[in-house]
Amino acid sequence: MSFGQTPSQTVGPFFHFALPYNGDEVLVTDRTLGERITIEGTVLDGESEPIPDALIEIWQANAAGRYDHPDDQQDKPLDPAFHGFGRCPTDKSGRFHFHTIRPGPVPGPGNTLQAPHINVTVFARGVLKQLVTRIYFEDEEKNADDPILGLVVEPERRATLIAKKKSGDKNVYVMDIHLQGTGETVFFDV
Amino acid sequence: MADPISYNREEKGAQPPNLFPPYVSSIKRAPQQRLLLVPQTLSEVTGPVYGHSKVLPDDSDLTRQHQGAPLGERIIVSGRVLDENGRPVPHTLVEIWQANAAGRYIHHGDQHPAPLDPNFTGAGRMLTDAEGGYKFVTVKPGAYPWRNHPNAWRPAHIHFSLFGPSFLTRLVTQMYFPGDPLIPHDPIYNAVPDKKAAARMISRFNFDTTMPEWALGFQFDIVLRGRNATPMEQ
Repeated sequence: MSFGQTPSQTVGPFFHFALPYNGDEVLVTDRTLGERITIEGTVLDGESEPIPDALIEIWQANAAGRYDHPDDQQDKPLDPAFHGFGRCPTDKSGRFHFHTIRPGPVPGPGNTLQAPHINVTVFARGVLKQLVTRIYFEDEEKNADDPILGLVVEPERRATLIAKKKSGDKNVYVMDIHLQGTGETVFFDV
Repeated sequence: MADPISYNREEKGAQPPNLFPPYVSSIKRAPQQRLLLVPQTLSEVTGPVYGHSKVLPDDSDLTRQHQGAPLGERIIVSGRVLDENGRPVPHTLVEIWQANAAGRYIHHGDQHPAPLDPNFTGAGRMLTDAEGGYKFVTVKPGAYPWRNHPNAWRPAHIHFSLFGPSFLTRLVTQMYFPGDPLIPHDPIYNAVPDKKAAARMISRFNFDTTMPEWALGFQFDIVLRGRNATPMEQ
């Protein structure tokens, strides 16, 4: 018997009638604990043209820093009103957005602590295998000690992982995702 | 807290590169920088347990989502979702989508001049059972043209999306049909470097799941990344 991995293939251009469900980009209800934030951004190609047929998925811990998953056995509370998964297709202008909460910090390798972050997966036509990145927050002191951010040596590359606060718009963070070229986002081999 | 038990990394040759120039859409969308190798933390070994409340029994029978039966060859697509250690992946969401028998998607962006079928949407979802098994009833999708290169045609395929137990086991793939003459010419299929690994995406005709006087059976087993046998030092 062979148990080799099934290969990945592109999501293609025609997933919209099957994968996104209304409301998948809203991770919170009235009862969710934590600070409400909005993440918004644009997905761009190597010529800085917006990508109107991408699908963004996010996965994050709750406000206390615990994932709603059986392998997270931390002594922190689960939030029955928060599960941490969101999905949003980009619109004609390549834009996506999520309404969620600021996650708490979670443990990293060894005895390190990871700064609050959101895990991101990008699917699109032309993308043969999903791209993985993260969203950190610019107004977060713990970024300086984050073990994953610390792996990115060049400051300008590191900046691609950090969402900027939108001026004049409280609790809105902007995170553009550049698949290629100028300002290319750091993507991870996980 | 102890470091989590990590998952196997990508199997060499079994996964497509980001850039595969014969697939033209990859040229401007593939990152040019090398991917950053990162340790697997709690953020990666956990993942969404998603969709349980949204899956309805009829979501897995694509021939019964409208008033009438769709046109085309009725088929049963079934199989098991396993990890690399051969263990079943139970209760995980499987989503599929496809063109109709004429090779046309219901999607507004599909301009192929083949007829839409008012009795076919082409989207399904279900959870695997305790043994990792799944089963969809649908119609065989048609091949369709695309503009990747002159006279380009996609082989008949069904798109699959799976979650598995973690962020790392997420898989979007396509299932092909045995004997399709278009497969060797398809740049998306050919993007997988190892030909034996690529062939894992071709379903197998199966008399055992074929229902007499009703529908042909195709079997498609899916293997997600598995956990290392021992915890890895980081």
